Amino acid sequence: MIWRALFGRLCISVVTLFVVSVLIFIGTNLLPGDVAQILLGQMATPDSLAALQAKLGMDQAAHVRYFMWLRDVATGDLGFSKAGLGAGNATPIVQIIEPRIFNTLQLTSMVAVIAIPVALFLGLLAAMHPGTRLDRTITFSTLNLISVPDFLVATFLVLVFAVYLGWLPSIAYLRGDETGWGLIRALAMPTLTLMIIVSAQIIRMTRATVLNVMSSPYVEMAILKGVPRRRIILRHALLNAIGPIVNVIALNLAWLVGGVVIVEQIFAYPGLAKLMIDAVLVRDLPLVQACAMIFCASYVVLIFIADMASILSNPRLRYPK
Amino acid sequence: MSETQKSMNPSRQFDELPDAPPKRKIRLSWAGKIGIAVLVFWAIMVVIGPSIAPYHEAEFLEESLFIVPGSDEKYPDTDFQPPSRIVLLGSDYMGRDTLSRILFGARTTIGISFIATILAYLIGVTLGIAAAVGYRFEYRGFTIIELDTVLSRLNDALLSIPSIMLGLVMIAALGSTIPLLIFLTGIIYAASVFRIARSLGQEVMVSDFVEAARVRGEGLWWIITREILPNVAMPLATDFGLRFVWVILFISALSFLGLGVQPPMSDWGSMVKENLPGLIYGSVAPLIPSLAIATLTISVNMIVDDISAQTGGKLAKRMIS
Amino acid sequence: MSILLEVDDLKISARKDDDSLLPIVKGVSFKVARGEVVALIGESGSGKTTIALSALGYTKPGLEFDGGEVRLEGEDVITMRSDHLRSLRGQRVAYLAQSAAATFNPALTIGEQVTESSVLHGILSKEQAHERAKVLYQALELPDPERLGRRYPHQVSGGQLQRLMAAMALCGKPDLLVLDEPTTALDVTTQIEVLKSFKSVIKQEGSSAIYVTHDLSVVAQIADHIVVLYAGEVQEYGTAEQIVSHPTHDYTRRLMHAVRPPPAAGQGDKTSSEHKRQAPALEVRNITAGYGRKRDGTTMVTVLRSVNVSIERGQSIGVIGESGCGKSTLARVVAGLLPPTEGEVLLDGQELNPALAQRSRNELQKVQFVFQMADTALNPKQRIDRILGRPLEFYLGLKGKEKRQRVGELLEMVELPPEFAGRYPEELSGGQKQRVNLARALAASPEVLLCDEVISALDSIVGANVIDLLRRLRQQTGVSFVFISHDLSTVASFADEIVVLYAGRVVEKGSTDRVLSPPYHPYTRLLISSVPELRVGWLEEAMQTQEAQAGIDRLVTLTEIGCPFFDRCPLAIKDTCDQEAPPIRDLGEGHLISCHRPESEFLH
Repeated sequence: MIWRALFGRLCISVVTLFVVSVLIFIGTNLLPGDVAQILLGQMATPDSLAALQAKLGMDQAAHVRYFMWLRDVATGDLGFSKAGLGAGNATPIVQIIEPRIFNTLQLTSMVAVIAIPVALFLGLLAAMHPGTRLDRTITFSTLNLISVPDFLVATFLVLVFAVYLGWLPSIAYLRGDETGWGLIRALAMPTLTLMIIVSAQIIRMTRATVLNVMSSPYVEMAILKGVPRRRIILRHALLNAIGPIVNVIALNLAWLVGGVVIVEQIFAYPGLAKLMIDAVLVRDLPLVQACAMIFCASYVVLIFIADMASILSNPRLRYPK
Repeated sequence: MSETQKSMNPSRQFDELPDAPPKRKIRLSWAGKIGIAVLVFWAIMVVIGPSIAPYHEAEFLEESLFIVPGSDEKYPDTDFQPPSRIVLLGSDYMGRDTLSRILFGARTTIGISFIATILAYLIGVTLGIAAAVGYRFEYRGFTIIELDTVLSRLNDALLSIPSIMLGLVMIAALGSTIPLLIFLTGIIYAASVFRIARSLGQEVMVSDFVEAARVRGEGLWWIITREILPNVAMPLATDFGLRFVWVILFISALSFLGLGVQPPMSDWGSMVKENLPGLIYGSVAPLIPSLAIATLTISVNMIVDDISAQTGGKLAKRMIS
Repeated sequence: MSILLEVDDLKISARKDDDSLLPIVKGVSFKVARGEVVALIGESGSGKTTIALSALGYTKPGLEFDGGEVRLEGEDVITMRSDHLRSLRGQRVAYLAQSAAATFNPALTIGEQVTESSVLHGILSKEQAHERAKVLYQALELPDPERLGRRYPHQVSGGQLQRLMAAMALCGKPDLLVLDEPTTALDVTTQIEVLKSFKSVIKQEGSSAIYVTHDLSVVAQIADHIVVLYAGEVQEYGTAEQIVSHPTHDYTRRLMHAVRPPPAAGQGDKTSSEHKRQAPALEVRNITAGYGRKRDGTTMVTVLRSVNVSIERGQSIGVIGESGCGKSTLARVVAGLLPPTEGEVLLDGQELNPALAQRSRNELQKVQFVFQMADTALNPKQRIDRILGRPLEFYLGLKGKEKRQRVGELLEMVELPPEFAGRYPEELSGGQKQRVNLARALAASPEVLLCDEVISALDSIVGANVIDLLRRLRQQTGVSFVFISHDLSTVASFADEIVVLYAGRVVEKGSTDRVLSPPYHPYTRLLISSVPELRVGWLEEAMQTQEAQAGIDRLVTLTEIGCPFFDRCPLAIKDTCDQEAPPIRDLGEGHLISCHRPESEFLH
């Protein structure tokens, strides 16, 4: 039963990924005219155009090109960046992307490791004392935090920590040889910004989930059985809330994607998102395609994990009749 | 109620206890009232903002304005001026009045976001309700395909792409113009509106009173307009507020990345981006447009929070998911 | 006898939005002696649950104590410190909630939840507690006591969960049990069994109890003293014997009056012959229906199998059966909401199109459906005049003044004042909404009215009034009624023919008199003997019967072959009843019984 549910979710994720790839392919091939034309620009002659089109597989029908692209992506060949393609010294996208992925992973994992425990703690704290000043402060400030643009948080932090206090650098440029303290200093601002953005959501959702469980008849029954408050929360409530909370965490890590775009841009952090924005600005479509695919795939994987968490935590599925 | 009953029929001494709670009006807390006031303020600014602005949005301030009496400096800097009596909110990186640009930008930012949200609602609600009532394509009495199945699959895929990614891919392919921006945002947010409209619609659709209408022989149109829409209007209106906030944040984020509203038009998101370099000198120019966005989005969220807290928290649960 | 609990001038109020207090319980006093069961009886809104919970020093969120004392062995629990309260709860006073399904934590094993309180309070060690739990499972006649504790709540049936809750409450050997409508959500055949378990276990353990219910017949079986409540005030307080046989207060008499006599021959109405015609008003022929339609036209879950029912004009037919027997499905098939996989529905001898969308407006008009829950059957955004006006406009083409006038007449027909036309449903009480619900169906001037459990959600007095109304309407209008209910007493008092459904099959049908007098189908006999009678001592007698011993607390299973009642039947013939479909025996005058046993062997 549980395996069937998990398998079902897996199938949905695979189908979703497929549809996403189609959407991205269509999106990046919408452009009137074709890439070859743009690449060659003024220097295009009918011969050179035809040659480049053949080289890029552009003379094929759209669906054929799609499957060619899909096959390449699946085998790890992301194609060539537009930059330098016309001049003949094209860089394989894989080479450009690899260090960037590492940087972005470094940033997001650091955020995840710090933000999740902190946010869970604050969310639980608020849920354990509903209606108190502490709870009201937490709900009020997180509501405000999720309503404001991500760049407000970032600019505000820069103004405080970099400009007025002068503790931290205002950009997070990596030379690649930073270690220890230097690395932490460089990553501090973007990490802090992302942490604030992500925790606000996790805190709110954790609180709502736990409160929802706390108002259930079985918690009322536990109170009427004389079960101490601590045990009610840790055993009766949390055991039922754990699935939804893991779900919340996975969803928020997926939402990190959106935050990362802004944060990498503000702090000039050399991550995948910054690479993608730069690619969009110069319309390097193969590179945009590759970055988008990576982001979407990780998003789908995280959402799959979120769904799995709720399936696994459901006793009805774990212990069938 | 029990009074009228008793006077009508005194012999029914122990009649059924009235179980109907008196209709509750939504009373706003102080936070909600402030929210309304801020919202009204910005609504007025959208209309009259440009006409009360001290300068034009693209107007470069005269150096003479900043000559300190008694000083012999003839050409003082006009950019990144701190707030003063001449420029109430300071000047920007090109020496333009920030206040005027905020007032002009209000119309762009709020206008685009509002139209895009309405578009998202038109698409999302129409399709969501159509899916909820089980509209299907039939051929000679056989169902070929159910609208709900098609749309839900497509919608899942659309929601599996982070909205900012989708925006980036589309803008990379099609460039950035205001009609495209509105259309794009409308489509992206129609997906989440669809999901909510569909689930609300389905909730009402399975209720006994809709079944009663079906048994009576009512047509689909009657059921949609008289039974379903009146019952989903209120939650949808509240959700509209939230969606509007997301759209403002989304469009501002795109502009902030340089992919939204293009210069020389002023819009709050791009104003942050343009003035970002001023941050290192401690200029408030990048902070002010961020704060403008924040006042708007926070106030809408305050109102929504108030309403959903008083309508049983059902909305609150939906809003965070 | 020494006094265990003393409730003295208890006042509880609800805090409203504007911070003012709304009294819910207005000065209630009663006593519970050791070893005694005191019943709190009243209808919804009487404050009975609120009062009962005060014995644990607890109020629901939004309510607060507003005066008086609740003394447990002389000590006031209202003013008690919270750590004292905690050690009192579960140890000295234990609570049993109405819905066990919601009260058990889905993520914890049954064993942990049953023993939790006594282990936490240090009364028993973990091992001792599990041993005691097993003893209790046995006493409560629960299956497989050895392994039951390791299972999860969703793995056992509703009736079993309800008894497990009793085990949970009793595990810590409390002095006082608070039982809040513990059998209300159960089917009659399950209820009687659970009641018996509760009663014997309470006696065995020697504990006292407060039993909260709305059902006088149930109270008569279990209580020593009865407190009758209305709107937060005590109306009458006395011994069970006195209240049941000589009620003195008006309200108690009205409650008693609303209790329908146990089902017996001679109660049903007789169809007046003036409306009779050649063809039956409605005929259901050989209907098989279910949910989850597969490609080959059959269904995944087949709920109804080869059901035949026919109704004369002006007749009222009662369809009876426990939850899951397919009675609502039958109504949905007739209404066209669920096209059957086999068989047909005939109206005035004319075949009706199986699907709703293909029926003509005229056909739709003749069959009207009255939904069970008036709360959800009326659109909250429409005023009563629109709700009643729409069918008038839709079927009869009435408009303007004519329509308004007819709405007024309809309101009068269901005994509601004309000014209700301008109200919204939420401004009406439950009974009033059900009347509007009925009026809407009558507005179409139908020939057949399908009433699906129309009074089961209502309090007994209100429900009795609605039944009286239905009876009058039937005489006035000559409409045929299909009256669906799980409550045999209600059906017996209203219908002139009864159809007994079990697991989607008709097991017995005939005139009310014939069905309710011997010979019986074994299932009908079980149903009749499970309906509590309003007299002390009924429960013990009922439990002695053969059919009760065999049929108690088993799940209704939908079977493909044989007789579905096989595993609960005291007369079952092995290798016959579970293999072959039972023959239909015609006992004359339209009385049919579906059983392998010959007439001479039926129960009497």
